[in-house]
Amino acid sequence: MSLAATRKARSALAMGACIGSAALGLLALALILGALLWNGFTSLNLAVFTQNTPPPGATGGLLNAIVGSLIMTVLGVALGAPLGLFAGTYMAEYGRHAKLTMVVRFINDILLSAPSIVIGLFVYEITVVRIGHFSAIAGALSLALLVVPVVVRTTEDMLNLVPGGLREASIALGLPRALIIRHIAYKAARSGLITGLLLAVARVSGETAPLLFTALNNQFFSANLNAPMASLPVVIFQFALSPYKDWQNLAWAGALLITTAVLALSVTARILGAQKTMK
Amino acid sequence: MTETAAPQRAKASFDARALIVSREAALKRFELGDRAFHTLTKSSAIAVLVLLGGVIISLIHGSAPALREFGFGFLTSQSWNPVTEKFGAGPAIYGTLLTSFIALLIAAPVGFGIAVFLTEICPFQLRRPIGVAVELLAGIPSIIYGIWGMFILAPVLQATLQPWLIAGFADVPLLNDLFAGPPYGIGIFTASIILAIMILPLIASISRDVFATVPTVLKEAAFGVGCTRWEVVRRIVMPYTGAGLIGGVMLALGRALGETMAVTFVIGNAHKIHPSILGPGTTISATIANEFTEADGVLYTSSLIALGLVLFIITFVVLAASRLMLARIKRQEGR
Repeated sequence: MSLAATRKARSALAMGACIGSAALGLLALALILGALLWNGFTSLNLAVFTQNTPPPGATGGLLNAIVGSLIMTVLGVALGAPLGLFAGTYMAEYGRHAKLTMVVRFINDILLSAPSIVIGLFVYEITVVRIGHFSAIAGALSLALLVVPVVVRTTEDMLNLVPGGLREASIALGLPRALIIRHIAYKAARSGLITGLLLAVARVSGETAPLLFTALNNQFFSANLNAPMASLPVVIFQFALSPYKDWQNLAWAGALLITTAVLALSVTARILGAQKTMK
Repeated sequence: MTETAAPQRAKASFDARALIVSREAALKRFELGDRAFHTLTKSSAIAVLVLLGGVIISLIHGSAPALREFGFGFLTSQSWNPVTEKFGAGPAIYGTLLTSFIALLIAAPVGFGIAVFLTEICPFQLRRPIGVAVELLAGIPSIIYGIWGMFILAPVLQATLQPWLIAGFADVPLLNDLFAGPPYGIGIFTASIILAIMILPLIASISRDVFATVPTVLKEAAFGVGCTRWEVVRRIVMPYTGAGLIGGVMLALGRALGETMAVTFVIGNAHKIHPSILGPGTTISATIANEFTEADGVLYTSSLIALGLVLFIITFVVLAASRLMLARIKRQEGR
């Protein structure tokens, strides 16, 4: 074979491997979503939304886990998002070139991918050990700590995209920085900030590890923030590992619910983000 | 005239004074508000730093009893016995490193392949949809990978790939130890495959982004002197983006090391170092997830927290290195 032919053949082979990789990635997605949809929908019924988690062998649903997940997610985002928003604001507005910003950005990027189970251990140490029992508050707190880095990152990125001319025009009118940030920069970056919030919600709503030893689990319906609370991911974990078929089916139903919610959130965030860049 | 002008003038000067007073008050209010907002945002930024410090300090504090009891032997000891209260992190650290390493071995080439496909081969209309589909993989919560791995993947591997590996390498020295039976289905190998699927989208999307930083002229020049597509990728794109690619892979490694739920379902939870990668094992995160709520006794709990500390230190180093690498490619792009 001539040199040119060898090179062409090698290139074709490599490109074939690349196409194969992409096919493999898509196949994995299809297999996972397929299994999830099939097992999820066959286990899904009205009782899932109206009854609490059953003891083994009885029929039941996931009502307490769904409500628990909602409560802790909302609380976690409500606690974590403002802190992240303000920290990101400082990094993009007041201290854009400050040393502190560089350090915080570095640390934040590490927290962004830090193992969530370690965050759970931290919250266990500072709340459960001190208070003496597991509670929904501790669960929400650990979710909040996972929200912070996501919001910090997107807030900084989105505020950096706001054109400097807008800020200069407002300064020329005599507005103080605080008002410029709140009334000009936040407004200009609004859809981006909402995107970040949605991504943060998507990130924490599937989190299991930090809830295992902060909020623990609760077989019964409970809205008491100072008591253990059930959550969808933890119930899925417990039920999927159980030997009971009913429980395993409920785990699949819960898995379908969570995945649908998370994927819907991230698709919405993506659409919002795309609109932003088109403008 | 003067009778009417005087009060008017007086009124005007009064207005002006009021205006000056309110103007000063407003300015003062502005300044106060600005300073308050500045302080608020700055302390939030510092709070993020304090958070990290808090995590480290509380982990050290929590693991102190175990570290005092076992010393550095904790890192290498292979015993994990809640009854005699002898704990060592050896098998968990081994499992964590091995599963992540195998996962990278699978996911890195496939991820690069996807990135090359998306930037070089794929028709333009399909780039966005396929890119989004791959990123959707990243959005699926890890617990879903876990139950998928346990209910779907593990039985399939147990029935097909694992017996084939065991039989196929039975006569090859070294490899027959690596792939020794029986096929459990769950174990180090299955956990590695699940991890590989989980980190694949991360590697693919970061590599795609860094590939996009290569100036088109460079590639066109290479095509112009007659390079094939593969040669352009291998000799131009990859060397140019080297630091970014390594950064992306290390970021994925950081994720894989700390991944909990996906691994916990399929690892098998055996505190033993098996020579065979088909055998059951454990990882740091799986051990914590499985045993923490059942741990009684100060030493048991403390040992689990010490495991968390080890995990945090490992991932911190890996993630910090990856961020530095990725920062380098960003600077390069700016130049």
